Amino acid sequence: MTQQAPMIELRQIRKSYGSHEVLKGIDLSVARGKIVSIIGPSGSGKSTLLRSINMLEETSSGEIWLDGQQVNRPLKGRAFENHINHIRQEMGMVFQQFNLFPHLTVLQNIMIGPMRLKGLTKAAALDRANALLAKVGLADKGHAYPARLSGGQKQRVAIARALAMQPKVMLFDEATSALDPELVEEVNQVMKQLAAEHMTMLIVTHEMRFAAEVSDHALFMDGGVVVEQGDPRQVLSNPIEERTRAFLRKHLSN
Amino acid sequence: MTLDFSVVGSYSQLLFTGLLWTILITALAGSISVLLGIVIATTTLYGSSVASLPVRGIIFLFMGTPLLLQLYLLYYGLSQVGVMLPAFWTGVIGLGLHYAAYNADIFRASLQAVDPGQTEAARSLGFGRGATRRYFIVPQAILTALPQVGNNSIILLKDTAVLSVLGISELVLDAQRAISETYRPFEFYFTAALLYYVVNLAMEFLLSIAGRKAEEIR
Repeated sequence: MTQQAPMIELRQIRKSYGSHEVLKGIDLSVARGKIVSIIGPSGSGKSTLLRSINMLEETSSGEIWLDGQQVNRPLKGRAFENHINHIRQEMGMVFQQFNLFPHLTVLQNIMIGPMRLKGLTKAAALDRANALLAKVGLADKGHAYPARLSGGQKQRVAIARALAMQPKVMLFDEATSALDPELVEEVNQVMKQLAAEHMTMLIVTHEMRFAAEVSDHALFMDGGVVVEQGDPRQVLSNPIEERTRAFLRKHLSN
Repeated sequence: MTLDFSVVGSYSQLLFTGLLWTILITALAGSISVLLGIVIATTTLYGSSVASLPVRGIIFLFMGTPLLLQLYLLYYGLSQVGVMLPAFWTGVIGLGLHYAAYNADIFRASLQAVDPGQTEAARSLGFGRGATRRYFIVPQAILTALPQVGNNSIILLKDTAVLSVLGISELVLDAQRAISETYRPFEFYFTAALLYYVVNLAMEFLLSIAGRKAEEIR
């Protein structure tokens, strides 16, 4: 049964800031090994939705499930802390602003999670970090501090840092939006490589072409609801809904 | 009467001992001020209001009254109610507390200045609230605070001279001892001033090295 359960499942997710409702009952299901992209104008709630999956944002109601475990279990205090700290280890998150730890070297950034949270020895964590750095094409940058890296390199390190926890899913929150155009491709390459390895991924992005190319399923969100979803090539090139068409027209003309 | 610095030579051992005490007091009081400053800053920021309110009151007291008065209170005031601390430790603790208040303010601002994205990154990896502060927020805040805390340590070094009023052996008191035997205040005070200046330069040099390291990660 667990094998059949979706990797990520959201049921009727709602979130309000005061009287302003930013998520109006979102349902979403991501099967194991699938890649789902979420597009939409800024303020549509797409980042909030992604961030509510690992509870960086608290939701007002609804259920969040990861591989058969409920993420937002109704626990209190210490019990909730323990639960959420544990389940977050199974979800890698990549941020728009990278959020590397500036006081740690690239290797230390990647090793600290596995060592402190998963009890890996330093040697084992180092092996894992070096392998991941090689994978993202930065084998020679291990001893550099993040300040010495370009935006694209920082984001690849951030991906390696998330992968070092060996998560079940990866959440990308506009991972390339803060990058200079010429640096976007190197990050996209790493994400494509993960896709080829059947990592389950949920991607919030502005890049229609990349979304169409890499994902199995696409959602268009606007005003806190899913306006349209389906095959990414259809949603992103020949949408049914007028709101999606209007967004794509505006986006392509920019 | 002409100036004659040759008398200083025969008291060099006394002055050198005084200098060593000054350095020792600076190191001890400086350590207290830094460690306690971090503790105070984290308590007022992260602790419950039960803990943070009295701590903030104490900071206000230490920053709002003269160091000399605080030392008199600690030494003479406490001995009146039966708490007898040796003069040396009264001085070290008094200086340490006084500067801890100033350092706490700096650490607090530095802690608040750490990018919230750092907390999000650490929490998203699975680090708890305490571990996030310990491994990511506090270390970064310490690096940010370093230049200002360093400046405070230099001011602290100069304020060790105040301890001479409690009869604690350090550079100024030892200079005064030499003066009382030789009646040569200019020569000895001037030499003492030079010695403070040299230690000051050494501290600034160490700080600049640390500052360069901190700059590397920015």
